[in-house]
Amino acid sequence: MDELLSELAAFFGGSVDSGPFGTNDGLVLTLLLLVIPMLLGLALSIPLAFARNSASAWIAKPVWMYTYLFRGTPMLVQLFLIYYGLAQFDVVRDSSLWDYLRDPYCCALLALTLNTTAYTTEILAGQLRRIDWREIEAAQSLGMSRWTMSRRIMLPSALRRALPAYSNEVIMLLHGTSIVSLVTLTDITGVARHIYSDTYNPFQPFIIAGVIYLLLTWLITRVFMKMERRWLAFLKPMTQSKREQKPS
Amino acid sequence: MTLKKIGMTLLLICAMAAAQAQQTLKIGIEGEYPPFNRVDQNGSLIGFDVDISRALCAEMKVQCKFVIQAWNGIIPALLANKSDLIISSMAITDKRRETLAFSNPYYYEKAIFVAAKKNSLQITPQGLKGKVIGVQGATVFEKMLKEKFPGVTVRVYTAVSDHNLDLVSGRIDAVLGSNLVMNSWLLSEEAKNFEIKGDPFVDVKYMGNGAGIAARKTDTELIKKVNAALDALHKNGQFDLISKKYFKDDITH
Repeated sequence: MDELLSELAAFFGGSVDSGPFGTNDGLVLTLLLLVIPMLLGLALSIPLAFARNSASAWIAKPVWMYTYLFRGTPMLVQLFLIYYGLAQFDVVRDSSLWDYLRDPYCCALLALTLNTTAYTTEILAGQLRRIDWREIEAAQSLGMSRWTMSRRIMLPSALRRALPAYSNEVIMLLHGTSIVSLVTLTDITGVARHIYSDTYNPFQPFIIAGVIYLLLTWLITRVFMKMERRWLAFLKPMTQSKREQKPS
Repeated sequence: MTLKKIGMTLLLICAMAAAQAQQTLKIGIEGEYPPFNRVDQNGSLIGFDVDISRALCAEMKVQCKFVIQAWNGIIPALLANKSDLIISSMAITDKRRETLAFSNPYYYEKAIFVAAKKNSLQITPQGLKGKVIGVQGATVFEKMLKEKFPGVTVRVYTAVSDHNLDLVSGRIDAVLGSNLVMNSWLLSEEAKNFEIKGDPFVDVKYMGNGAGIAARKTDTELIKKVNAALDALHKNGQFDLISKKYFKDDITH
């Protein structure tokens, strides 16, 4: 029981004596590596999604190339290329970028952000292409400029419809963070690996890690369910909303 | 009918494989710890541990098969019967003795710090304060670094080659490891700007007493056989021959 408690404490960056969250190890690091790339990825993917659908090949092709490369290779390979690969070049090591790239945490943030941005860009670009032409025509008939139309009509519509696919991407990103322990970071999986090599018992630490990931995934699903209920309400069948209105 | 036949054939194959597996001794080995053990470009295992293992198996007159296993999982794999012996430069520590049975030590190593030549380091807990030091995880060096040098930032790596890469790139200020392993790396081209800092040292509390061959605690008969075979290798000169192939100094004490 004591052993279980001290193992649990380790997942929350502390020990039994000092209490949790003494360090960022475990849960906090995993959350940082989820939330920061997720927000950066969402912000970057909005302009990229428009660029991906651009009529000009000079704009569309490079974005296509980027998403093709980052969706076409495993995230672990990308992380290793950024962490061990870039460090091989003197040019990189002598540049001011090295201040960031020498830090495993920054490398992990970079790899995760580049990866999730690629996926999110494709999700959004797909939804932008699927917008009903009648919505566009209606906007044009009101004399909206391209910018206003993108901002008021296309983007809100695409973001709403992208929610179900995007929730999957967020969950995949959470699970993707588990590779960072291979570049010396101690996230939830890293803590589990440490305990495993310390106690020679694979079951307990990895089951605890699994349960934490499961709870986080459940939380993400709940949040997205709420958002879908709110922003995708207009896609619900009519009969259901009528039934809700009827006094019982 | 055919389905039944396929099922029977599969069962037979499994049974045959199992029967064969029982006769061969499975040796757990890391394969990433040169010059003791590593996988060469052709995918075959080479190194001191590998040669010793082959000589021991010949001496014990048993069939042996190597099971390559990442270091941090090598003991769990033994406990889960994925291997029967660990012949992979494992230090004999009291903590490991609680779970494992060890042979007599087959070689002795020391701990050393390695850093860039231009980097002057004081090898004391005070002098290393605030430095970033790399170490292989689940090793005696990891525990020793964390407890004896509390002020350092410890980076834990899966394999020695990984912390050497980061030492060269400048991500870490120094590494702590085995003198025999790091000396062999220092001979390589990529290590030309690096050197040993301070004196090689031994701390029995952490490092235990030499490297041994490990088995499950219940396999006492097996360990007896291993010890007898080790003695025989020393007597007939084979051990010396293998040792000289890799090390110029005597590593048996």
